[in-house]
Amino acid sequence: MTKVKTAVVGLGKMGLSHFSMINAHPDVDAVACDGSGFMVDVLSRNISTPIYKDYTDMLAREPLDAVVIATPSRMHAPMVQAALEKNCHVFCEKPFCLDWADSLRLSELATSKGLVAQVGYHYRYVGAFQEMKRLIEAGAIGRITHVLAEAYGPVVMRPKRTTWRTDKAEGGGCLYDYAAHPLNLLNWFFGSPDQVIGSHLGQIFSEGTDDEVFSTLRWNDGPTAQLSVNWSDESHRKMSTKISLIGTNGRIYADRQECQLYLRKPVDSLPDHGAGWTVKYTTELTDDRWFYLRGEEYSGQLDEFINAVKNGEKGARQNSFASATETDQTMAMIIENAETGLSVGEARAAAPQARKKRSWFGR
Amino acid sequence: MDKLLFGDNQFFGINHMSEEKARAQAMRFQHTDAIMDVLDVAYDAGIRTFMCTTHDRIAEIAKRVKADPARYDGFQFYPCMPYAHKYANAVTEHGMVGALREFMPKDGLLATALTGTKALATKEVDGIAKVLIDMEMKMFEGTKAPVIFIQNVFTDLLLGMGFTRAFRIFDEHIRANYDAEPAYITMNMPMLLDALENEGIERPIICSNINKIGFRMSGGFDAYLDALKSGRVRAVAMSVYASGAIPADEAIHWISELPGVESLVFGASSAGNIRGTKALVDRYMGAAT
Repeated sequence: MTKVKTAVVGLGKMGLSHFSMINAHPDVDAVACDGSGFMVDVLSRNISTPIYKDYTDMLAREPLDAVVIATPSRMHAPMVQAALEKNCHVFCEKPFCLDWADSLRLSELATSKGLVAQVGYHYRYVGAFQEMKRLIEAGAIGRITHVLAEAYGPVVMRPKRTTWRTDKAEGGGCLYDYAAHPLNLLNWFFGSPDQVIGSHLGQIFSEGTDDEVFSTLRWNDGPTAQLSVNWSDESHRKMSTKISLIGTNGRIYADRQECQLYLRKPVDSLPDHGAGWTVKYTTELTDDRWFYLRGEEYSGQLDEFINAVKNGEKGARQNSFASATETDQTMAMIIENAETGLSVGEARAAAPQARKKRSWFGR
Repeated sequence: MDKLLFGDNQFFGINHMSEEKARAQAMRFQHTDAIMDVLDVAYDAGIRTFMCTTHDRIAEIAKRVKADPARYDGFQFYPCMPYAHKYANAVTEHGMVGALREFMPKDGLLATALTGTKALATKEVDGIAKVLIDMEMKMFEGTKAPVIFIQNVFTDLLLGMGFTRAFRIFDEHIRANYDAEPAYITMNMPMLLDALENEGIERPIICSNINKIGFRMSGGFDAYLDALKSGRVRAVAMSVYASGAIPADEAIHWISELPGVESLVFGASSAGNIRGTKALVDRYMGAAT
């Protein structure tokens, strides 16, 4: 394959940015598609890339190798399915599907066809979170018991409801838009939670959907995590995602910019880390890609997708449909828990410790 | 252009290394007085150009500079437009067309064109672009603003899409209406230079990362050096210290020996760092600012 013929579908905020990066990729021959007459008009008069107005029409007419789906979340499942049926490799924006049964089905379909199928959880391409993952796997801070996963930013600051992002039925809302990111990182680090309790999906300004999310997630053979997310927080200039982990041998904190490690004692698997603090910055942990638009992670995830397709690989290198399905399932657990007030999933209680009899003098 | 330009990231809580430092800076500079104090230090050290985003708060700075022409006789702005978050937030709230309509003069022809179902004519697209540029420039009325930049997120979004005709519209509008030089900030300098030349824009002023370790020089270190040596670009170097990875003396010495670099832009909030950088630029690049 000389060039990967790739269509970017949906030219909204994420789609335009994906289109710009994909169109500039040296190994890609790009086309695009958007349902809004306005975008199609303006672009087709000003750029040489073909722009379609109708997705089905484009799939029928273009010999595509790959499709990048960046439409409102509700449309992901049918559009991804149509692309897979045409044997196209698929990169789909997050969240993957609103009903995780669709996620599971499409994940199986992509695997059975040996297609590269990836979801746009770009935080897994941020150097600081990759470093956090590496440190967890190296056992740096011992047994991790205590996790705090947060995301804050200024998306909905007044009571208005005019786009799909603030419409729950379309896949809008703080849970799908914001909380999906820290949850996806927790899935990456610890897998699917065994139990979800204490969830709250709260409205601040929105009428149709949630603006803030709390939840407690438990892993039977892992930590307990608290999730705290709010997209009506103007004190943050833009979205800020942060994870803090405390373990028996120290603490790790990461956000988009840096990964801070505190070690009580050095560990054999990390010979270059002494006791105390080690700070690494994303800037030193990240390599340049062919094109920079909003951060290396956005270029990075698309580059990996295109390279996997070009090399004839049989699945995604990162953020496979299966891994994004885990996050869809985790969000479904949170919704169920918030709606019913009943715990979702089974936690295996830690064996209760027999209470020692203590006398005043014999501790 | 002056050899040394003063940037504004530090004033708006932008820090590429740490969110904590970014917040500390946002707190320190929440009042215009605090920003003005730092600008005064830079101005008194002989740095006359403030290269700044068209952030709402810059309007307050421009007002103060205009209000005291005796004090700020040589003070000039290099505006960088647009302030992207303003548009990103508007798009989240109103959608793409709705956001554009928000920014057009009410009841004007363009607002009407955006509500209509008819396709927009090329002339109307150009008209919308010009209205947006004029709106961003409003706060600089009555100040000196001899070079006007497009911000990198916008430059690079348009560049990637191949919507390079927008650069022509910008170039012509700035030259015709502002008696100023159009200029571009980018993270992809070699690719942008080719695109601008294809639009007939020769020897453009381009601001991009240029530093000894190749930090965020997308398109490759060697391609940057080739472009600089070719004489096809009037370069403004940013991230000269690569977010602190290169010692100041070494960084500026290296830049001073590169052909094609006319200026460098840096941000700092302490008098020591401001004066230190000015002294290094005077030493290695010549005192004339």
